[in-house]
Order: sequence, then C-alpha cells, then structure tokens
Amino acid sequence: MISGTVTSFAVLLIVVFLFREGLSLFNTSPLEHHNTIVLNSKNPVDHLSALEIKNIFDGNIENWKELNGNDEPIKTFTINNLGEYFSDEEIGADFEFLPDKLNLLVDSIPNLLAVYPEMYLAKDLKGKVIKVDQNNIPDFILGKEWFPTAEPAVQLGVLPLILGTLLVSIFAIIFALPIGIAAAIYMAEIADPRLQKILKPVIELLSGIPSVVYGFFGLIVIVPLIHDIFNLPVGETALAGSVVLAIMALPTIITVSEDAIRNTPRSMKEASLALGANRWQTIARVILPYSMSGITAAAILGIGRAIGETMAVLMVTGNAAVMPTSLLQPVRTIPATIAAELGEAPQGGVHFKALFALGCILFIITLLINLWIEYISSKRKLKH
Amino acid sequence: MSKKNKEILAFWIFRILSFLVIGVLIWIIEFIFVRGWHMLNWEFLTEMPKDGMTKGGIYPAIIGTLYLVAGSMLFAFPIGVLAGIYIHEYTKDSWYKRFIKLMTNNLAGIPSIVFGLFGMSLFVNTLGFGDSILAGSLTLGLLALPVVIRVTEEALISVNNSFRHGSLALGATKLQTIRRVVLPMALPNILTGLILSIGRVSGETAPILFTVAAYFLPKLPDSIFDQVMALPYHLYVISTSGTKIQESRDMAYGTALVLVLLVLILNLLANTLRRYFSKKVKMN
Repeated sequence: MISGTVTSFAVLLIVVFLFREGLSLFNTSPLEHHNTIVLNSKNPVDHLSALEIKNIFDGNIENWKELNGNDEPIKTFTINNLGEYFSDEEIGADFEFLPDKLNLLVDSIPNLLAVYPEMYLAKDLKGKVIKVDQNNIPDFILGKEWFPTAEPAVQLGVLPLILGTLLVSIFAIIFALPIGIAAAIYMAEIADPRLQKILKPVIELLSGIPSVVYGFFGLIVIVPLIHDIFNLPVGETALAGSVVLAIMALPTIITVSEDAIRNTPRSMKEASLALGANRWQTIARVILPYSMSGITAAAILGIGRAIGETMAVLMVTGNAAVMPTSLLQPVRTIPATIAAELGEAPQGGVHFKALFALGCILFIITLLINLWIEYISSKRKLKH
Repeated sequence: MSKKNKEILAFWIFRILSFLVIGVLIWIIEFIFVRGWHMLNWEFLTEMPKDGMTKGGIYPAIIGTLYLVAGSMLFAFPIGVLAGIYIHEYTKDSWYKRFIKLMTNNLAGIPSIVFGLFGMSLFVNTLGFGDSILAGSLTLGLLALPVVIRVTEEALISVNNSFRHGSLALGATKLQTIRRVVLPMALPNILTGLILSIGRVSGETAPILFTVAAYFLPKLPDSIFDQVMALPYHLYVISTSGTKIQESRDMAYGTALVLVLLVLILNLLANTLRRYFSKKVKMN
C-alpha cells in the first residue's frame, strides 16, 4: 500500500527536478560561450550588469560617464569584428597569436570594452577582467526585458511574461465569471430537470475538448474576428487569449459553483420562501451569500487553470515578449514561452535553465492557488 | 419595478447566459464538423502524410496517440486505483490522510507544461530514455494519476457503508470485503472515470512536446524508445508552423475533427455505461 504516498512522492520529484535545474540559473553569468569582458587597466569601471551591457551594445549608453567612469565615449569590440583590426596572418592559423594581439588591443585603446572568450586571455594580461553581475533572483523577476538569445549578454527579465500571464488570465475570468455563475444558478435552482439533463453533458463535453482544439478554433475564428472588430494590424492579442481561456474556464467555474449552490441547506431556502420572498430574492439574498466562498473557490480555480494553460494561449496571443499595456496587443505568457522556446534552447545553457526557472515560478503560483483553495474549502467545512 | 417583474427579468438573464454556454459549444462543434467533415474518409485515417503534410492521412499520429494513451494508462490505472483504495478504505481521518489528499490536489493543479519540463528533465535526460514513447507515456501517466485517484475515491464513497459492515459481520476479512463486495460495486463508476481520463490524456499536448512528439516521421515506431507523432501535436504544428499553413488547413480541420470525435465518443461511452449500470443496480 505504498501507492498511497505515490502522489506525494511525485510532487516531491517534480519539485526536486524542476528546482534543481531552475535554481542553477542563479549562479551563472549572463555571458554565454565562456565570454569575459576586458577593459583597459586605467578604466575605473569595475563591474557591469547584463542590462548595462545590452544598452552599451544597443547604443543606448554611449559614454563611460553614465557608468560612473571617465568622460569618454565607449568603443566596443567583440570577437566578431576581429577582422577590422587584424589580418589572418597576424592571428595565426590556429589563433595561436590571438591572446597577445587582444592584449595589445586592450592596452592601446583606453575607452575600449572588449568581449571575447576566456581561452584567449593572455597570460600577462595588461587590461582588467571585470565582474559581470551574475543572474540573480531580483533581476530575474523584476527585469523588464526577455531576450534570452541576446549577444553578448542574455536578458532574462520575466516581468513582461508574468504580467502577460496575469493579464490574459484575469480578463478570462472576468469574462467567464458572470456567464459561469449565471449558468450555475440556472442549472441548480431554475432549470427543470429535463434541461439539466441537456446542460450537464454539454459542460462535460466542453471540459473534454483538448486545449489544442480550442487554440485552433481561436486561431481560425476568434483571432480574425478581433482583427476585424477592432481594426487591428494583427488579431493575435491578449484579448483573443482571454476569450479562448474564458471559454475553457467555463466548465470549471460552472461545476464548482453549482456544487456550492446545491450545498445550501434546504431549511434556509424554505425559511426564506416562507417569509414571503420570491425565488429570485431567495437566490440573491440567501443562496448567493451562503455559497459565496464556494463561488470564490471556483473563480480562483479558474484563474489557476488559466495561468497554467499552454497550447491555446500559445496559438492565439501573438507571443510578443513586451510589457503589456493593453488588451489589444500581442502578449506572451509564461507557459507559452516555455513551450515555444525549450525546443530551441541548448541543453544546460543559460536559456535552458531560465526556462526551467520559469517553470518554477509557474509551479509556485499554482501551488499557492491550490493552498488558497484548500484553505477556503476547509473553512467552508467548518461552517457546515 | 415590481418584485415579480424583477424575478422574471433575472431569470431570463440567467436563461440567456446559460444558453450562451450551449451556444458556444455548438459553435465550436459546428465549426469543426462543417469544415472537417469532407476530410473524414478511410484514406485520411489510414495513410501516411504526403507533400509536406498537405495531403495524405494522419495514420501515424493516430497510432502514436493510441500508444501514448495505452502506455500512460498502463502506468496510471493500477497505481491510481490502488492509491484510491488505500486512501479511502485504509487511512483513518488523520493529518496523514489530509496530507495525501492535499498532495493529490496539488499534483492535479500543476500545469501540464510543468509536467512536460519535469518529464524532460527526469525521463528524457536523467534516466536517459531520450525522446521516446516510454518517456512520454510516463509523463502523461503522472498527469492522469490524480484524476484516476479521485475517480476511484469518489466511486468508493458512493458504495454504501452497510455493504461493508454486512460483509465484515459475515466474517470476511477487510481485503476480502474490498475485493468481493466493495470493488465490484464501485467498478462501473471507476470505469466511467477511467474512460474520461483517457479522453483527457489523448488531447494533451504540452507534456509531450519535449518528451516524445515528432513533427514528422516517415515510419511507425518499432520500440518504446522511438519517437512518435501524436494527434494533438500534429494539429498544433500543421496549424501554426511550417511554410504551407494555408495548404495544410484541410488537414488541420480533419485532425481537429478526429480529436473532437474521439472525445465525443469517449464521453458517450462513459454516459451509456453510467446509465446501463445504474439501471442494473436499481433492478437488484
């Protein structure tokens, strides 16, 4: 009867494997391919962050002054523009002279920022290797740029992905909740049994349709619809994701809130009716307040499902990893990012680990939601 | 507005919103049936894809999904049913039982893409199965596990305690009681639940993305260490990637229809079974 503990064991395994891979991100350098950054020895700057490196190479930071250095323009060098400085003969057939040449280069240009692999560092290095801030949790969670393939320093800010996920999921629930609760009330209190017999299988079927079919439906029907209605350049938007997710969340919301409504004690209903209230007043003043905690649980459960939903969202939201500003804009969610990028990320690399770290975030969010629901339902049990 | 009119208005709003739910389902089903129906023929179901998946059939994807469903259920059924029996029949109401239930609920709440990451990390890389039917089946089986456990538990709850007491009073041991009395009575409900969980597993895409699914394979798998194509993944790739999205639209409609039909048939089967057995129990 070990089988009883199998789920606990499975959860434990998932935690171990997910977090082992995910947390190993946080002692790696954002520089890939064993690159180092070398400056002239007289340059006072002694460390850079991944974002600063990106801004330098994008031309947003042009002067060392902005980095608390001397008032000199920044000149960049990477191994890719080797040809501008040296001929093939100077480097040697097996790059055997390269370390010395690079050493000379760094020494001769005071405002240079050179990025090249560690293996080409000269033994008597005249420049200085500076520290690059390692990938860390605050930058990871609060960073505003997600560009895991950027050269020379990857940008791993998941804030746009977290906000994208929340935006899509929360609006999905806002769309689905009124319809879901109305359907639940209708099924539990108003509809005659014959109609209930029709509605029940409909809801079961809705929850049985695979998410990839919803995604396909969204892609072919909802996306063009949104494109036409709002006259947008692309229909693949957060709104499309919310609408598809709302449809997918309906069965969960209806089933859970219907259960809660049916759990209202008969005596309370009858007391209300006996006092002269009609059925609608009873529903609004007695049944709904009584089942509120169950309906809340339904909403939270719906959000949890929506946050973790992958395929449908991946297919309809357009997947632009930018800070979301409106519903009518492409966004990218955490699960969609993992699904879209894991196939291309080299195993064991920074990108690969970052995607596992995203998985950890997703796991933590859904775990918290589950515990919250557990808390609500345990309180409900006490009430009964 | 009078009290009566308010009631009428409120009820109509509820009625309309409820029918909206039915409307949405009909919309989706209609969309898939109307556009996919003409694709559905014997060749589509039994031929290999041709011309960059714009023509031919989806035979390898159907076979792949069947393998994955069989493999995952082989893993999830016995363990899940045993766990359900253990939790409901053997554990007392203690912190231990609550902990197991909490963990089962948590496992059920983990997003499917996280299962995919986990499956890739453990089965594909650490255990060295590679992208294979084995790795994919185990990942999907783990995903189905909490569903199977819950279904079993619910089926056991619905067996009236008087049957247990009767059997025990006649001198049967606890194991005998469970095997001869409780399980036969709970079996219909367990089976119904299992059929529905097959439906769920056959439509999952995210867990198989990195553990088994292949974009295109020219031949069928030879062993459990081979990759396979699968219906949901096939639908995903031909509707979103590749250079011939427009040309392969018909194939996508056909694949979506097959997937929906699969779920439809499994649901019907489960409902018929439920009705059949509930009649039988009443007659006794």
